[in-house]
Amino acid sequence: MELSGSEIIIQFLKDEGVKHIFGYPGGAVLHIYDALQKQTDVEHILVRHEQGASHAADGYARATGKPCVCLVTSGPGATNAITGIATAYMDSIPLVVITGQVPSHVIGQDAFQEVDAVGISRPCVKHNFLVKDLSKLAETLKKAFYVATTGRPGPVVVDIPKDITAPHIKIPYEYPAKVEMRSYNPNFKGHPRQIKRAVELMLGAKRPMVYTGGGVIMDDASQELRDFVHKLGFPITQTLMGLGAFPGTDPQFIGMLGMHGTYEANMAMHECDVLICIGARFDDRITGVTSKFCPYAQIIHVDIDPASISKTINADIPIVGGAKQVLTEMLKQLEKTEVQVDQAALESWWNTIKSWQSQDSFAYAKKDGVIQPQEAVEELYKVTKGDAYITSDVGQHQMYAAQFYPFDEPRRWINSGGLGTMGFGLPAAMGIKLAFPDKDVACVTGEGSIQMCIQELSTCLQYGLHVKIINLNNRYLGMVRQWQEFFYEKRYSHVYMDSLPDFVKLAEAYGHVGIRVDDPNDLHDAMVEAFKLKDRTVFLDIITDQEANVYPMISAGKAHNEMDISPLQQAKQALLKSKGELV
Amino acid sequence: MRHIISLLVENEAGALSRISGLFSARGYNIESLTVATTEDQTLSRMTIITTGSDRIIEQITKQLNKLVDVVKLQDITEGNFIEREMMFVKVKAEGDTQRGEVKRLSDIFRARIIDVTDTTFCIELTGSGSKLDAYIKSMHENNIVEVVRSGSMGILRGEKALTL
Ligand SMILES: Cc1cc2nc3c(=O)[nH]c(=O)nc-3n(C[C@H](O)[C@H](O)[C@H](O)COP(=O)(O)OP(=O)(O)OC[C@H]3O[C@@H](n4cnc5c(N)ncnc54)[C@H](O)[C@@H]3O)c2cc1C
Ligand SMILES: Cc1ncc(C[n+]2csc(CCOP(=O)(O)OP(=O)(O)O)c2C)c(N)n1
Ligand SMILES: [Mg+2]
Repeated sequence: MELSGSEIIIQFLKDEGVKHIFGYPGGAVLHIYDALQKQTDVEHILVRHEQGASHAADGYARATGKPCVCLVTSGPGATNAITGIATAYMDSIPLVVITGQVPSHVIGQDAFQEVDAVGISRPCVKHNFLVKDLSKLAETLKKAFYVATTGRPGPVVVDIPKDITAPHIKIPYEYPAKVEMRSYNPNFKGHPRQIKRAVELMLGAKRPMVYTGGGVIMDDASQELRDFVHKLGFPITQTLMGLGAFPGTDPQFIGMLGMHGTYEANMAMHECDVLICIGARFDDRITGVTSKFCPYAQIIHVDIDPASISKTINADIPIVGGAKQVLTEMLKQLEKTEVQVDQAALESWWNTIKSWQSQDSFAYAKKDGVIQPQEAVEELYKVTKGDAYITSDVGQHQMYAAQFYPFDEPRRWINSGGLGTMGFGLPAAMGIKLAFPDKDVACVTGEGSIQMCIQELSTCLQYGLHVKIINLNNRYLGMVRQWQEFFYEKRYSHVYMDSLPDFVKLAEAYGHVGIRVDDPNDLHDAMVEAFKLKDRTVFLDIITDQEANVYPMISAGKAHNEMDISPLQQAKQALLKSKGELV
Repeated sequence: MRHIISLLVENEAGALSRISGLFSARGYNIESLTVATTEDQTLSRMTIITTGSDRIIEQITKQLNKLVDVVKLQDITEGNFIEREMMFVKVKAEGDTQRGEVKRLSDIFRARIIDVTDTTFCIELTGSGSKLDAYIKSMHENNIVEVVRSGSMGILRGEKALTL
């Protein structure tokens, strides 16, 4: 088969099993768009901003577990996509981003719409390529998929000069089913002896704690994790990125940990004697100040990326390997061994944890006539029966969604954790809806974040991507305002969202349904209505309490047992203390 | 602690910027970096001299290994190694006394004079970094016109080698 570069790209994507790509055309990719137009196997979704393309592809990849592709033009197309690429990079999401480039012979001459895409993207990709030779095109694309999806996943950029895609230059094409790269060997198997040591250590624990993260989801190791945790009877906490791998409604799950995690999860981290970490990276949002992190614990750390191990927190038993493989091996060894968990110690540990749980650290006070953001998320949970795909933007609403929507399945909670990118939620929801048209997909957002990629409402209309936007509208850049309240004596500097648009009218202008709710009594009906409209995109503008705060909170420089707790919880603790019941 | 990290790297455009970019992005020290192709034209050999605590050096080697262009890596300071650096120094050499003095000094250091004009000598010297430092120090500061140092290269002693 003799194909042009453009045709090779399309044919390769077909052969690779790619059904959808998100993109935006321009001069440098005109040849590719012409080839796209001549076929129907690969569906192209025209976004309204390249940032939207990279976030949509990212959402698609997170929800499906498959790599997703975006296609953008040179120069501004590439730079607009960068935020989405960096977002995917920080959360280890497999993307293949094809950027058009100016023709080879003018590279370096400040040509029209020229930007060094390989140079600009270098610090936020797993790897990138500049295709210099048409004969290497198919192989390079294959390498991009291979690198993006294996080991610790991540985005890969393939920069393709326009001349490489010229329609009249054709070469023989064959799908490169396999590639080899001598310099890239992503397969690590957990060392059997280390796994044995780890199993011995956990069986001897008096106050064990399991702490897992996004790596379990990336490796589709949820089932193995569930079996493992159920077998041992240990408490488990998950990071913001790990939610859903272990069911959020299972009694052994004691909540998310970290800056806005539960009281019990953070206290248990502080007091545990053996910490079993699987597929999490000891991010600063979860460790607090590292010198005070898990002071009594021996730490087992399972991660596919050797560089994640002992990066911020030293591991006593490092295990480099995939979560699925290592968990399977651990389960096998647990079956075999005669050693039993110290049940008496475990029971007393659970009793301590239960006393922390009785604090009810997420409790909030409802108010007449004012919607609390937490109750909006609780309502969303009820109406969707906990079975929706939920994306979020970044801010307080993101934390409320994580705290009040317990996920029982992996890949249902889709948010930007590492980079914390406002603007992620709506395009990511579009990507998910495209992959799962029959599922409820909701984007929990704030009036600040939603405006960062609001233009994608137009894409939703064009492709019938009927997502529900749950706008927790507090008229503040709430998360920033909260910090200014706590740490800058309420000096609110540039966090008031003055002159907000009328979101209902805005939704209508984009051809969608807009509903505003400002009374707690109307919340349920509005939510039901929004999800009943299966074939409409609905923008639910929920006017919430303006100065609600996210609790608990670990401030900078503090340890897990030094959380700031909500006023409600403070009152409760004071009461318990007066009765002498506080442990 | 000072470490010498030897790498075999794909001889591709961009490989060098990935490596130097890693050092600047993550705030690692880099004392010197040398690179050239090997007998195999597809591979470059790089020597990086860096300093840091054990934890940082461990991260540096792990992060370097993670780069797709890095084929193989070794911290040769963990073994028995040889380190050399090369230097050119152009010095003022006017009049018999001065020329004689420079010549004598160079002999002591086993340096070679490789270019001569009426007013200057160009000297080539190979050795450890501290030897080169010592040579510069022994030279009158205002006699020095120009100093070019290659940065260190390292290799393991004995049969051990960094090869594919
Ligand atoms: C406003 C805001 C507040 C936040 N507050 C919190 C908070 O309170 N609590 C919290 O937890 N987070 C919080 N975060 C998120 C935080 O910034 C980090 O993104 C998050 O904690 C990282 O999660 P993780 O450790 O699971 O790592 P991920 O980023 O998900 O990384 C996954 C790890 O798994 C490894 N891995 C990948 N594949 C595999 C495999 N196959 N097998 C084994 N390992 C694998 C990777 O190498 C990596 O080390 C917040 C973010 C924002 C924006
Ligand atoms: C692109 C981007 N710019 C700035 C920030 C810093 N930031 C974090 S949260 C936040 C406020 C978000 O406001 P809103 O979307 O209204 O959510 P709320 O906190 O009010 O729920 C800001 C500005 C960010 N995370 N991303
Ligand atoms: Mg807000």
